[in-house]
Amino acid sequence: MNDFTPFLLSFKLATITTIILFIISLPLAWYLSQTKSKIKPILEAITALPIVLPPSVLGFYILVGLSQNSPIGSFLKDNFNIELIFNFSGLVVASCVYSMPFMVQPLQSGFESLNRNMLEASYIAGKSQIVTIFRVALPNIKPALLTATIITFAHTIGEFGVVLMVGGNIPNETKVASVAIYEMVETMDYGSAHIYSAIMVIISFIVLLLVYLFNNRKRFY
Amino acid sequence: MINIDIEKELHGAGGEMLLDINLHIKQNEFIAISGKSGSGKTTLLRVLAGLEKADGKIVVDDEVWLDRNISLAPQKRKIGFVFQDYALFSNMTIIDNLLFVKRDMELANYLLYVTELSELKNRFPDSLSGGQRQRVSLCRALMDRPKLLLMDEPLSALDPAMRLKLQNEILTLHREFNITTIMVSHDPSEIYRLANRVVVLNLGKIANIGTPKEVLLETSGSQKFSFEGELLDIVRVDVIYIAIVAIGQQIVEVVLSRQERKHLRIGDTIRVSTKAFSPNIS
Repeated sequence: MNDFTPFLLSFKLATITTIILFIISLPLAWYLSQTKSKIKPILEAITALPIVLPPSVLGFYILVGLSQNSPIGSFLKDNFNIELIFNFSGLVVASCVYSMPFMVQPLQSGFESLNRNMLEASYIAGKSQIVTIFRVALPNIKPALLTATIITFAHTIGEFGVVLMVGGNIPNETKVASVAIYEMVETMDYGSAHIYSAIMVIISFIVLLLVYLFNNRKRFY
Repeated sequence: MINIDIEKELHGAGGEMLLDINLHIKQNEFIAISGKSGSGKTTLLRVLAGLEKADGKIVVDDEVWLDRNISLAPQKRKIGFVFQDYALFSNMTIIDNLLFVKRDMELANYLLYVTELSELKNRFPDSLSGGQRQRVSLCRALMDRPKLLLMDEPLSALDPAMRLKLQNEILTLHREFNITTIMVSHDPSEIYRLANRVVVLNLGKIANIGTPKEVLLETSGSQKFSFEGELLDIVRVDVIYIAIVAIGQQIVEVVLSRQERKHLRIGDTIRVSTKAFSPNIS
């Protein structure tokens, strides 16, 4: 019988990553959508970097940055006794970096598409930016919100290179589905590789189908 | 009493321009602001609302909204704002649009009753007509009982019949709530009907200010009627020529002499006027 813990691990990683990224990206995307500051293009470029960089480059820097020989790694180890390499927590950090643009960009363009006067009407009504974001901005960009969370989730499920470099291949800890498939192919276990791969294709297709169905319906509404 | 004395650099279509406005507005006044597009009308409203920065001073009833050290946030200024494009919260029903500003069910129901929207209060803005949306926007702007109501061409997107209806509602609510009101408008009949005073802006400066009668009545000299219009066509009928002229929403015919016809070209802006017939003897 096949072992499905790699899938569970993948989903756990994707869920945690999506939640953390939503919390981080919301203020960032809002800031980018509202600011006219000169540092905006710089921030946008940094946020988009993970899209163009090879996962190996990203994985390498995260590995170097979090290892106990680096200032960040030794600081975390000395003060909080936290190690972020070759364990699940390290994977979460790496995934957040890797999937960041997929959360920030849809949210940002959603916020930018909002009628500015509508937001200003909320300020004039005495509401703070926070109240305006949660009660006016977010409810009016539901399709973008859904796209951002689902794509982030799916992209995290689908990552491979960064996970392999930062997490390695430790069962129940860092062996996520994509890594497990790689290992099966390496060990010529094509039967399991077929089953795992087919499951990945089906899940990914259903997720994307739901996103597009929802967003098309939303447009006619 | 509102004292406005502001300056702001504008980067308009015609290059750099200085918006320089010095204006005193009395309690309960209804001020209309008119002027060509790009003259700074909307910017003036936005500066008053705190949506844009400016140098200078704004004092409303002894409360400083803007000076060298202070610039109150839009949230802190007691204003209502009616946008040209309504800017309703499309995720909320009509009644929730009002209650979002202030949880005052009684006032919300009353405003919707006055503007004949009670039946629609559980609908969403997307399902309303332009006139209905603008009434919701007006109600929403009044929910917090503002000291100053700002309206940026609120009726320009509506048809003439709806305009007239809304003008009456605006006037009713202005009187009832005793709110000092500033409205940007291009429509002379609207200004005449609603405003106590008109401010005409040109290139960021006040070009003319006074009662609508002083500013808008364009007759001068001995003419009794004088209308500006566009020459649409010149038709020859037997030995005479007839000019077809568009004046406002109306098309009229005017008989031309052969000499007059020579100087006119289709598309010209012309003035149609008559003089008094009764001779004066003194």
